[in-house]
Amino acid sequence: MHRFIPALKVLLFLLCLAPLARLGWGFQQDTLGANPIEALTRGLGTWGLNFLLITLAVTPLRKLSGWHWLTRLRRMLGLYAFFYVLLHLTSYLWLDQFFVWQDIAKDILKRPFITVGMAAFVLLVPLAATSNNYAIRRLGGKKWTQLHRTVYPIGIMAVLHYTWLVKLDVTKPLLYGLTLAALLGFRVLWRYREKQKQLGGAYLRKPKGRIIPIVAKR
Amino acid sequence: MLIKRAAANDCLPSEITPPEIFARRREFMQFSAAALASGALGALLPSAEAAEKLAGKPSPLSTPESPTPYKHVTGYNNFYEFGTDKEDPAANAHLLQTQPWSVSVEGLVKKPKTFDIDQLVKLAPLEERIYRLRCVEGWSMVIPWVGYSLAALLKQVEPTGSAKYVEFISAVQPENMVGVQRRVLDWPYVEGLRLDEAMHPLTLLTLGLYGEVLPKQNGAPVRITVPWKYGFKSAKSIVKIRLVEKQPLISWEKANPREYGFYSNVNPTVDHPRWSQARERRLGEFTKRETLMFNGYNEVASLYAGMDLRKYF
Repeated sequence: MHRFIPALKVLLFLLCLAPLARLGWGFQQDTLGANPIEALTRGLGTWGLNFLLITLAVTPLRKLSGWHWLTRLRRMLGLYAFFYVLLHLTSYLWLDQFFVWQDIAKDILKRPFITVGMAAFVLLVPLAATSNNYAIRRLGGKKWTQLHRTVYPIGIMAVLHYTWLVKLDVTKPLLYGLTLAALLGFRVLWRYREKQKQLGGAYLRKPKGRIIPIVAKR
Repeated sequence: MLIKRAAANDCLPSEITPPEIFARRREFMQFSAAALASGALGALLPSAEAAEKLAGKPSPLSTPESPTPYKHVTGYNNFYEFGTDKEDPAANAHLLQTQPWSVSVEGLVKKPKTFDIDQLVKLAPLEERIYRLRCVEGWSMVIPWVGYSLAALLKQVEPTGSAKYVEFISAVQPENMVGVQRRVLDWPYVEGLRLDEAMHPLTLLTLGLYGEVLPKQNGAPVRITVPWKYGFKSAKSIVKIRLVEKQPLISWEKANPREYGFYSNVNPTVDHPRWSQARERRLGEFTKRETLMFNGYNEVASLYAGMDLRKYF
């Protein structure tokens, strides 16, 4: 499998650009409906959230399938999540607010859905900035992992951002919420199971074979 | 994006045949001829009625602004009975059964009466009123409606002295309305106006748009249009009008009283709790416009003299 990874990465890279190409083409051809600017802003936001959830699905998928090479695609997926979120934010700042910073500041302070969306973006920036080998080496694996766990609250904030924006029918945000809950719930369950296994091994089960004492050589 | 702006209009918007219908003119002619020949016109009418004309005399109450293109007016709608996405009503409303249709006007009136839709069309001279429509979601359109002041209808039933409010009840056809199968709102859709608001000449009993009978996704066959209030105040597909003493509990207020009030006048200084109402996107325009008080219909301001419009939002 491993020798296919570079080719797979190229393929995935292009595939991840497809939603952007579709939105851009639709905008250019005026096929995004009566309110193309809103369709563009929302489409970009939706894909930011989609990629966030896809990224969060990598670990559960890997653990369930045993396909460890999946991890090698995770960075690109995560960076695409950031890329779409960045474009989503840009379209809000530009096409919705036309860079009137005073209004934007007021919006961020006054509108909970914008506050939480902006906070999620701010938290996403360090994750994107440290998505490279140099940063991992620099931070050390443990610290890096801790930092990147921020993605869990970011996911929750993103779903809240979507839910609070909807006028009344929260079906779609609810579906996103359930997906996120499943992805985060899997991690909790998995961890619990691992702990049980370890505990079982250490204290509960009696070893069957002969015990060989291991003494470190000096 | 290219912004298409209509140049000076050579003819009235109502005279423009929508391209979709223009393109189908032969089909329509052949169809009509065949239907006439077979004598089955009545049975076949529903599919032909999309092109049924309904002209109105130009009204001085119209705005000179260019109307939003027909395809957007009929393709981007909020009509939750047919789904909650903007494109849902255009896709699903064809199932709405509009024949026969009658509107019962009842309650605190001296002469309660049920009007057949044909009676309603002939009740007063039809006018074309080009109104701005501002949705509570922050977008707006300009629509050439056809109808007459609701006051003409209300005068016929003679409201009694105790009538203070008018309640509008929309149709519920569970088999034909995909959105009604889900309890997003409490059906039927209920709207209401204070009697003086309902009697205001701007309040339009609406039977058509763009010179034709109302398309189903726009609230066929009869709706009201209250241009100085957010769009949801203009109830669609009305079957009952009741004159009552107490302020009706309208559907959106019932669903979320913190966010939607009975009055719901367009007001740039009173924000929706979750978003600003200061500006709006006129469909087809790139930049946003400043939202105007009462959607620019300042002649209604006297209806609210002395009222705290923050409290009565």
